[in-house]
Amino acid sequence: MEMALTPVAKISLLGISGAVFAVLIPLIGIGAFAYIMARRLIPLAKAQPDPRFDRVGERLKGLVKYWLGQYKHPRYLVAGIIHIVIFAGFLILSVRSISLVIIGFKPDFVFPGLGGFLGSIYDFLKDYAATFVFIACIVAAIRRGIFTPERYKVPEKYGKDHTFEALFVLGLISSLMIFESLYSASLVAAQYQAGLHPEYLPPLTIAWFFAKILKGAPRGLLQFLNTASYFAHDLTFFFFLCFLPFGKHFHVITSIFNVYFRKLDRGKVKPVRWGITEEELDELESFGVKYLEDFTWKHLLDFYTCVDCGRCADNCPANTVGRPLIPRFLTIKARDHIFKRFPVVGEISPREPLIGTIYEEDEIWSCTTCGACEEECPVLNEYIDKIVDLRRGMVDEGMVPQSLQKPLNALTKRGNPYGKMEKKRADWTKSLPEGIKVPVVGKKKQVETLFFVDSATSYDERLNEIARAVVQIMTVCEEDFGILGKAEKDSGHEVRRFGEEMLFQTLKEHNIDAILSSGASRIVTADPHAYNALKKDYEGIPPVEHISEYILRKIKEGRLRFKPIDDPTLVFTYHDPCYLGRHNLLYDVPRQVLDSIPGLKRVEMERCRDRSFCCGGGGLMLFYEPVEEQRMGQVRVRMADEVGANRIVVACPFCLVNLEDGVKTTGFEGKIQVMDLTELILKQLIIE
Amino acid sequence: MEILVCVKRVPDTAENEIEINSDGTDIERDDLVYSVNEWDNYAVEEAIQIRDKVGGSVTVVTVGDEESDEVLRREMAMGADKGIHVNDEALESTDGLGIAKALKAVVEKGSYDLILTGAQADDGCAQVGGMLAALLDLPYASLVNYIEVVDDKTLKIGREIEGGSQEISEISMPCVLSIQTGINEPRYVGIRGIRKVAGVDIPEMDLSELGLSEEEVAPRVKRLDYFVPEMGEGAEILEGDMEEIAEKLVELLKAKGGIK
Repeated sequence: MEMALTPVAKISLLGISGAVFAVLIPLIGIGAFAYIMARRLIPLAKAQPDPRFDRVGERLKGLVKYWLGQYKHPRYLVAGIIHIVIFAGFLILSVRSISLVIIGFKPDFVFPGLGGFLGSIYDFLKDYAATFVFIACIVAAIRRGIFTPERYKVPEKYGKDHTFEALFVLGLISSLMIFESLYSASLVAAQYQAGLHPEYLPPLTIAWFFAKILKGAPRGLLQFLNTASYFAHDLTFFFFLCFLPFGKHFHVITSIFNVYFRKLDRGKVKPVRWGITEEELDELESFGVKYLEDFTWKHLLDFYTCVDCGRCADNCPANTVGRPLIPRFLTIKARDHIFKRFPVVGEISPREPLIGTIYEEDEIWSCTTCGACEEECPVLNEYIDKIVDLRRGMVDEGMVPQSLQKPLNALTKRGNPYGKMEKKRADWTKSLPEGIKVPVVGKKKQVETLFFVDSATSYDERLNEIARAVVQIMTVCEEDFGILGKAEKDSGHEVRRFGEEMLFQTLKEHNIDAILSSGASRIVTADPHAYNALKKDYEGIPPVEHISEYILRKIKEGRLRFKPIDDPTLVFTYHDPCYLGRHNLLYDVPRQVLDSIPGLKRVEMERCRDRSFCCGGGGLMLFYEPVEEQRMGQVRVRMADEVGANRIVVACPFCLVNLEDGVKTTGFEGKIQVMDLTELILKQLIIE
Repeated sequence: MEILVCVKRVPDTAENEIEINSDGTDIERDDLVYSVNEWDNYAVEEAIQIRDKVGGSVTVVTVGDEESDEVLRREMAMGADKGIHVNDEALESTDGLGIAKALKAVVEKGSYDLILTGAQADDGCAQVGGMLAALLDLPYASLVNYIEVVDDKTLKIGREIEGGSQEISEISMPCVLSIQTGINEPRYVGIRGIRKVAGVDIPEMDLSELGLSEEEVAPRVKRLDYFVPEMGEGAEILEGDMEEIAEKLVELLKAKGGIK
């Protein structure tokens, strides 16, 4: 094609051919980028193993959904849409940017496959892409700079505000769009003036506007603009590339890997060290994460990939009630620590313990492992495994608050956190209604279904009601069932998540033996924490059902029928327990159970299903004395009140305890009542 | 600094429901779980912290039966360097003075700058620390809740006196201190820590090795009876709304000297 302007490659700058610059800039840029990336990979190479190279199909599916499809983004609609526009624009424009770099020294270069008709479609698309990205950047900048959402704020102790970096990058992106469009537009204007066939510019794009403005500009100016915008684009492009690994925009490079290597098994906790069997644990020198290098490489990649969007913090119940934990800063502090210890230029500094330097003990104990942060993260960063690993390190060093030492010692000695006697574990069965009996199973007495009660439901007087309700429901279903009695010990769900792995292993081994000797072919539990432990942490035991699944099954079999709710003023809402919902995806089962009660009026709280707000945590969390401004249970009860509910149904003993406390301490006593699903079912049950 | 800490294995009051046996001579011990006496645990933690600051070593000693080995191991898992187990049948029925004599013999076999005991034991009478100091003719301070090493001969120590005031004294070493809870935050010892020291050899000593005779440790105080006191009058239940109850409670607390 005949050209009205001299291409960059043929131009002479200070007596040197433009092509030389067009080769040098990318060479230097790519060289610098490769060096920076190599330095950034050093900590990953020093980190712990993490086998994430399996299940390729599943991982690719996730990549399409979460990375290419930006699945999590619209959960925050405005920010999500802006991001999707910029992301899609980047994908489209990457081809154009690469072509542009090559055109600088090879003027007739055409990207493979984009020569003919496809090329025309692409050119049409890329001009709109650039325009939309440009508009999205302006909207984002206004939003970031003027109407800054609360979640972007940086508390003083965590350093400076991040707005400047955000605006700077938006500026870089906008500049790229402008330079690219100006480059095209100046050429089009010159072609037009020379009566040569100009490239088609789609209407209302930035390039189209520029071409209109430059229509009558002198050729000299057009030549200057063309060359200048070319090199401005080239320089900005490579500067941006090398700038990415220095802050939150590293995600532009790392997110694709982060999403591909994502954690696939929800609810599970990573082993102490990958590749070390439970039998080999005793030989390990150190447990958990004490230094940066104790994290796995994937966890360090998480730190690199964090986008600083604050969605985790916004949904974190610990942060909401003023505990000293902000998941976002758990990551940002670690990233700053990596950048400081492993600088791009200069010496790597020696390791320092993380607790006491970047993290505080209370910060790490504040987490209830509810999983709200992980559910929200657009790049699928993990938090629970890191918290558990940090706790394992603290337990190994003896850094455990006194409030947790007592229940842990009691668990070691008595198998329950209360320190109550083993022989009293089944005392709740003594006050069952006349004629209802629960056999204690073992080698001599075998049953089909084992009811795993767990500590809280066995020993807490209020929670005994749940155990008794389960027994009565199963009796109505004519189930052949029993309990382990004193042979049952705590499931250890929280023991493990609080970092006391060896104690968990002991409890687990004991329980597996007891469960297997019961001869049961199915386990049912009313405690989602026990449910999750038996399902995800134990191996070689019969299948486990939560009581809500059991009840729904029995409703479908026609074994359970209910009286209608006769009080029309009752408005029910269902609170999703973290370990039933987010960690096991049982959102619909308990709702279906509720909806099978005739006349039951049910509303949803704003935060429900995968955005459910933790009640305050279970197991050992009941003993921990956190620094906080209010209790999670109080916040949750107000959420129920906001939607007009006066009956909160839970499906977890700990939710029951925490929300009942919440009702008592927020003045809702007499107005709002909390009940377990099993209690409601028993109350409405038609017993013949 | 060479530090000796005296520890005792006791029924864990937090994890047990204590009942008197049928003949009223002792508590029902079949279903009990045992642990290290809480005060002693604070003393060991303090000793470890001092050692980590100024160097030296921490030795833990217990007088007790075979089972007492477990509390020594627990404290060694915490960080104590050595353990000494005094085990002799004649010591099973002894009193506080007998224990103090046995401990005195242990102290004299070594060379210690500082000897720590718990202020009292869950099942004890808070007497061994004082008796031990007197037998050794060493300076003694009880209920210590603060220790600062001034130099290798002197300590600054604090104790809380009735009403919450703090008293600071100076004491020269070697000396005996009985430690109050709250002086520090004892570290956690998990199963892993205990397994690590499971194989460590702990020397066991009987009376003859200590140069004591059975007569010397024979009890001079004899227990006569054991019973749960009769339940007194019922508790007073405050009535009224939240504010009234709070007001009445504040008045009551003031009247009884709970708050000023």
